[in-house]
Amino acid sequence: MSSFQPPADRIWWQVPVGKQEIIWAGIALVWCLIMFFMMPYWHVYGKQNLSTEAYQTNAEKYGAAVEAFVEEYQTGVDEQSGMPIVTPPAGSDIYMLGRLWQWYPILNLEKGKSYRLHLSSLDWQHGFSLQPVNINLQVVPGYEMVINVAPDQAGEFTVICNEFCGIGHHTMLGKIHVKEN
Amino acid sequence: MAQFRVCPDSGFYFDRSAESLMKVNAVAGVVSLLIAGILALGVILTRWQDVHLLPADLFYQVLTAHGINALIFWVIFFEIAVLYFASSTLLRSRLAAPGWAWAGFALMVIGAVMNNVAVMQGNSSVMMTSYVPMQAAPHFYLGLILFAVGALIGCFVFLGTLVLAKDDKTYDGSLPLVVFGALTATIIAIFTIASGAIILVPTFLWSVGYINHIDAEMYRIIWWALGHSSQQINVAAHVSIWYLITGILFGARPMSEKVSRFAFLLYIFFLQLASAHHILVDPGVSSEWKIFNTSYAMYLAVLASMIHGLTVPGAMEVAQRSKGYTKGLFEWLRKAPWGNPVFSGFFFALVIFGFIGGITGVVMGTEQINLIIHNTIYVPAHFHATVAVGTTLTFMALTYLLIPVLFRRALFMPWMAKLQPYVFSLGMTIMILFLLGAGTLGVSRRHWDMDFTGAMLSFDYPGTAYMMVAVGGIGGVLGVVGGAMFLIVTVGSLLFGKKLEPSAGLFQGFCGLPLADSVYNVEQPPRLERAEPVEHHHDGFEAPGTFVLALALLVCFVVYYAINWDYLSSVWPIG
Ligand code: HEM
Ligand SMILES: [Cu+2]
Ligand SMILES: [Cu+2]
Repeated sequence: MSSFQPPADRIWWQVPVGKQEIIWAGIALVWCLIMFFMMPYWHVYGKQNLSTEAYQTNAEKYGAAVEAFVEEYQTGVDEQSGMPIVTPPAGSDIYMLGRLWQWYPILNLEKGKSYRLHLSSLDWQHGFSLQPVNINLQVVPGYEMVINVAPDQAGEFTVICNEFCGIGHHTMLGKIHVKEN
Repeated sequence: MAQFRVCPDSGFYFDRSAESLMKVNAVAGVVSLLIAGILALGVILTRWQDVHLLPADLFYQVLTAHGINALIFWVIFFEIAVLYFASSTLLRSRLAAPGWAWAGFALMVIGAVMNNVAVMQGNSSVMMTSYVPMQAAPHFYLGLILFAVGALIGCFVFLGTLVLAKDDKTYDGSLPLVVFGALTATIIAIFTIASGAIILVPTFLWSVGYINHIDAEMYRIIWWALGHSSQQINVAAHVSIWYLITGILFGARPMSEKVSRFAFLLYIFFLQLASAHHILVDPGVSSEWKIFNTSYAMYLAVLASMIHGLTVPGAMEVAQRSKGYTKGLFEWLRKAPWGNPVFSGFFFALVIFGFIGGITGVVMGTEQINLIIHNTIYVPAHFHATVAVGTTLTFMALTYLLIPVLFRRALFMPWMAKLQPYVFSLGMTIMILFLLGAGTLGVSRRHWDMDFTGAMLSFDYPGTAYMMVAVGGIGGVLGVVGGAMFLIVTVGSLLFGKKLEPSAGLFQGFCGLPLADSVYNVEQPPRLERAEPVEHHHDGFEAPGTFVLALALLVCFVVYYAINWDYLSSVWPIG
């Protein structure tokens, strides 16, 4: 019994530390520093870094911007859902919004091209979860987030909502199609 | 008037009012765990897609109540009991302001009941995090606020008792390490509750209509100052209990007082930062801030946990070796009392917390890696390793110790107690590992239906994802069985356990102290003396087995960390 008794040495902070603890603390510290510097390293050399570009917005403003985007580039209507399919030019600003309970609109993108994706919510918080790629972003009402995406695979991708947003949460899906060019 | 009794088996001195308060707080905690455990069954059997037990609305309601009862009510009620134990019992002091302590307890009970009623009424299924602008009933928030105020009073009673003990000179020298750890937890708790008040009070006012807007992002940032640091209370509390348990079972002493206390100090200095873990993929938060914050400056709190990871088992190894278990690297561990649930519970909690909870936590808290993990079911899998096993199983182990000591009852069905840590750990480990896997495949958390029934569009998860969740479900059910075993033993012991004679018990004389009657006949316990001095020999490695285990942890850590960067590098470039 001692861990729950006062230390044996009155001046316990002067008792020398054992070799084993010093070595372990040293190894652990080095590892912690490596992990720390990995993050700035990835900002420089990695390709997956979240942009910090964001603007304050509101439901009317953002909703209007998305509608204007849809009107300009709509190329069809999805039969299953009745949602507009939008084919924006490569490199442009593209929009998606989350609302109860859909990701709107459906996007047609080209592989290897980069886009500026705007995301926001018109009502509650939602979770943008791109599957099966597995990129996950928090979508917060009042904030418009802008990220650069460059799809490097062709195919059909699904946006799942992974932040709880009420009873229809599990029905909240969206689509991004990426075609080979 | 004599107000202490001495436990004849352990030699602990119990102040009369502290004793009653510990009992009621522990019992309230166990009742919360019972509720949370029943609800857990609903949660896991719904997530398991082949069973899909509950309808959607009920699932979200049950999940909200599961999270709150488990992580807030069970853990904090029990922690208040631990604080009173650490201050009054370990320091042999009167409890400061017992009237206040009772008032705090009453507030906590009222708050917990009020919050549960709100969730049960059905219009407060907002999840534990209650993110705005989704709104719960006003008494949902009010319940949480009252509970927090009650807990805050408990923290001040703890601090007051430390002052009393110092004034009464009930101990010689510095605070024991375990009490120091509890003090760490308390300091963090006070910060946490303050953040909670800053965010929950306006949210309550908003729910009754006095405030018309709460910024959703601001809510997230401040809420997580509460949500994350409250997890550090748990870490500080269960690490302290690890030191206590190794001290009681093995007579272990800290390998170095300085190192262990320094590690606790690192918690105080750096844990508060970590709220960024939860907002790594939120809009508009700067990268510099995220990196600094998510890594607790430079992973200095992780460093602290890695240090405890060596010094806790290391202390045990040194003690065991001095008793002659010196063969090879691991005789000290093989010859440990594996049939004693106090030991097995503690040890599994330590291993699962460190190897699974710790590693996954650091990995997913890495700024960029969070992109492939945020809000997937990986996240609940991670924190079931930290709180549902690390903290909860530690508290269970301590409960086995306290039943004879505090409640003076023999364990009911000791064979079940003996098996319980094995069943619980096995079940939870299976659930955790497979849900980690499912999360890696993109399965989301807080989600009723992997089939997306009723959606206008469709998506099919890979078959492996279903398989992983199903196996996780089986593990979860086994975990619930393990939880039920704990409750049967505890409740059974309190109701039917044999009342202990003053001189009998599980841990008879483990402190080598004289036996006495368990009646309040001690006016003032003798002063708590400093530990026996030992020779410090620092020529070699005192705990080589532990060092090897620590290196094994490091290897797993490095490999898993690298795998996740590799996975990240394979997803779409974004910037
Ligand atoms: C006994 C066995 C347990 C099982 C089978 C279990 C199962 C689960 C599962 C599957 C989820 C995730 C559901 C989802 O996100 O869709 C969950 C959530 C959660 N669990 Fe448990 N759990 C158990 C015990 C515990 C314990 C002991 C604690 C805490 C001390 C705990 C705390 C939580 C919390 C905080 C959440 C998150 C709720 C939310 O998302 O708001 N659980 N549980
Ligand atoms: Cu949503
Ligand atoms: Cu949702």
